[in-house]
Amino acid sequence: MELAKDISGCGIAGFINTDGERISGVDIVDSITLMKDRGNGLGAGFAAYGIYPDFKEFYALHVMYDNEHARKVTEDYLERKVHIEQHGGMSTRPIKKKRPIFFVYFVQPREQSTKGESEEFRLEESDEFIFKLVMFINENIDGAFVISSGKNMGVFKGVGFPDEIANFFRVDEYKAYCWTAHNRFPTNTPGWWGGAHPFSLLGWSVVHNGEISSYGANKRYLEMYGYKCTQKTDTEVVTYLLDLLVRKHNLPLHTLAKVFSPPLWSEIEHMSKEDRELYSALRVVYGGAMLNGPFSIIVGFRGGMFGLNDRIKLRPLVVARKGSNVYMASEESAIRYVADDLDEVYMPKAGEPVITMLTDEAYEKVYGSKERTYV
Amino acid sequence: MKWMKNLKSYVPPSFVVERDDYRCIRCKACVEQCSFDATFYDDEEDRVWTWNANCVGCNRCAAICPTDAITVKRAEPSYRYNHNWNGHVDSLKKRAIYGGTPVVSMGNDKPYPIYWDNMLLNASQVTNPSIDPLREPMELKTFLGRKPDSIHVDDSGLKTRLTPQLELDIPIMFAAMSYGALSYNVIESLGRAAKEMGTYYNSGEGGLNKDHYKFKGNIIVQVASGRFGVHKDYLDVGSAIEIKIGQGAKPGIGGHLPGEKVSETISETRMMPKGSDAISPAPHHDVYSIEDLRQLIYALKESTEYKKPVAVKIACVHNVAAIASGIARAGADIIVLDGFKGGTGASPQVIRDNIGLPLEVSLAVVDERLRQEGIRQYVSLVASGGIRNSMDVVKAIALGADAVYIGTAALIAIGCTMCQQCHTGKCAWGISTQDPHLSKRVNPDMASKRLINLLEVWALEIKETMGAMGINSIESLKGNRLNLRGVGLNDKELEILGILPAGE
Repeated sequence: MELAKDISGCGIAGFINTDGERISGVDIVDSITLMKDRGNGLGAGFAAYGIYPDFKEFYALHVMYDNEHARKVTEDYLERKVHIEQHGGMSTRPIKKKRPIFFVYFVQPREQSTKGESEEFRLEESDEFIFKLVMFINENIDGAFVISSGKNMGVFKGVGFPDEIANFFRVDEYKAYCWTAHNRFPTNTPGWWGGAHPFSLLGWSVVHNGEISSYGANKRYLEMYGYKCTQKTDTEVVTYLLDLLVRKHNLPLHTLAKVFSPPLWSEIEHMSKEDRELYSALRVVYGGAMLNGPFSIIVGFRGGMFGLNDRIKLRPLVVARKGSNVYMASEESAIRYVADDLDEVYMPKAGEPVITMLTDEAYEKVYGSKERTYV
Repeated sequence: MKWMKNLKSYVPPSFVVERDDYRCIRCKACVEQCSFDATFYDDEEDRVWTWNANCVGCNRCAAICPTDAITVKRAEPSYRYNHNWNGHVDSLKKRAIYGGTPVVSMGNDKPYPIYWDNMLLNASQVTNPSIDPLREPMELKTFLGRKPDSIHVDDSGLKTRLTPQLELDIPIMFAAMSYGALSYNVIESLGRAAKEMGTYYNSGEGGLNKDHYKFKGNIIVQVASGRFGVHKDYLDVGSAIEIKIGQGAKPGIGGHLPGEKVSETISETRMMPKGSDAISPAPHHDVYSIEDLRQLIYALKESTEYKKPVAVKIACVHNVAAIASGIARAGADIIVLDGFKGGTGASPQVIRDNIGLPLEVSLAVVDERLRQEGIRQYVSLVASGGIRNSMDVVKAIALGADAVYIGTAALIAIGCTMCQQCHTGKCAWGISTQDPHLSKRVNPDMASKRLINLLEVWALEIKETMGAMGINSIESLKGNRLNLRGVGLNDKELEILGILPAGE
């Protein structure tokens, strides 16, 4: 029975250039490292969007292995399931402590070759195919862990302070139009590389400060829809809820925010008839997806970034804008350290989402398509 | 003389009434109040006597005595102690003497495990602030009914219409207790309290007195195998309709209202002759299978134009999970699980004491099964049967219930002392009786106030514990078994309850 959960404190930061200009990882590392007090060296990580322009059509699987055997089993599995355009060990700098090995695979579901055991996959659309592939590896292959699986994005995370993790993964050498970062202060589980943030699935990545008190309810809700919570950390459910509610149920992002941090019934009572019906229905139907307890999260997704607090604002979140850059962080200092002369700085209200998107031109430039999808 | 012992039918009394003669002022209040003929006054001797054999231990006399002269004590069994036969000697004798099987009431009183008492709740420390419900919002609002997996929302708003839902301000309702089993005044009190607290009371299987139609909006009407008092107007008054398949106190058998309790108004409400026993058949004779149940569910939905959720109440029995799954698929919007400790107004003793499953276990396996099958959203679960306090409610919801029913607890709030004599119709507290002299002992003004107090206090206690867990809305507690830890349970029990042991 896998019911254990991790509790964490943490600092978060993220920024996006809405014109799609790709910026090196140096700023995000500086920004998150400034909030050193918010972590304890037991976990840090980064999500970066737009880092693989040459492979933007392919799902980039960042996979963590405990040993060579796990890699072999996983690669056998991948070869049966997907077309691998290119793969290789992720470029890292040497560090002294024991660490897993990391590989990246650029893949696409195969059209014809998924016979036999993957019968159930054949009829799925490709996102769903990759979702099931990731779930399968994470649940069934011992010592292998897919830490990110979106297109033209990737996650770098592990046990250490943010600057150490950034150094290890050579984060400074990547260029992304959107970066999010996390500095972890776990109070429960010992450091595990897979347990660091961001948590990612397909195009989603989540960095989170707080504790999801509703984790037990969210987890069991997600299990009904085929999501396996394997990472022993509460933040994982946020990623899966995003995937379920946005990718599968097609809820708009601002509506999703109201599922995570719903208005009080006493507020709903005073809304217009249409809103009352909408918000009542959201609470009635998606009660299991409500996030309860203190949190601030920064979500990265294909083409944008959004931030959200719990509905009684028990964790900090600051938002700032300078030109076409939008910043979010636990502390204002983390933003001012990398960007001065801000046009605007504010603290979003409890439960009010802050959603930033690439402009249409930028989206087309980055993803090569006009039609927006979130993953 | 009526207190003369009959040697042939002697069984030792269960209670001894001790009367302090120095304190007794011969006011005869106890004589007047005792409805079981256990107390009488002797003019010649100017003494108040007790016929202990008739005493049921309801403590009405002790409560009424103005000088505190009366103490009711449990009688020590006077037979030679025998662990194996303890309690069985008198029970056996009664069958032999009277040639019938004893009927009893209230819930199972045997020392079976009480799983509620082996589960501990969680609280926040440091990493997560606990929340004070007196200062911060804390929401208990609950909706019962079928929920879709998803809803369609676009820029112009909500595109999905939900099926009818029961809206509860607190996740506690009054369980099915019929007019007939209970007195008019008790039903009146339940109705008023339900209305005041934004919840529902259940009519039970005895129909609905016309006077109580005023509680429309706060009534769940029951359709049981006897179909007593079921007609169009009755169904229309209900906010939901509950099909009673079984009852935790008596799984597998029907209802029984003794003729003594079928008064003029009861006969009118139930649409049956006065003074005759109201016997509900063991099964519904139009429901011999799950497909028949589906037809009944849809017959009721059709006749109420799909405006009301339909609940199905079952007693918890060994394969309760599979049965519940079938009921969900048969179209029920709500499933009521009635555990074997649930109360009754009358049940054969052997049935009450030996059949069924604990509610805690049933709830855990049903919730898990429905989730595994991906149909938990389609049906709400109401836990019923032996809920004693607000923490039982919290634990039930954490195990997976959407709401609970309370029956016995509500009766205790208005005076019941659980003397287990409901089936006699002689309730000295005026609760389970149709005797006008007795039933006026319940004053609906006072009784409804007590029920409201009870629900308000329980609601506050629930909010306090939710706040301690760092949760400010009841939906985040629902099925959140991580907030439960088992103590003193074996591995298999923990596995079935789906909870971790304390320390893990």
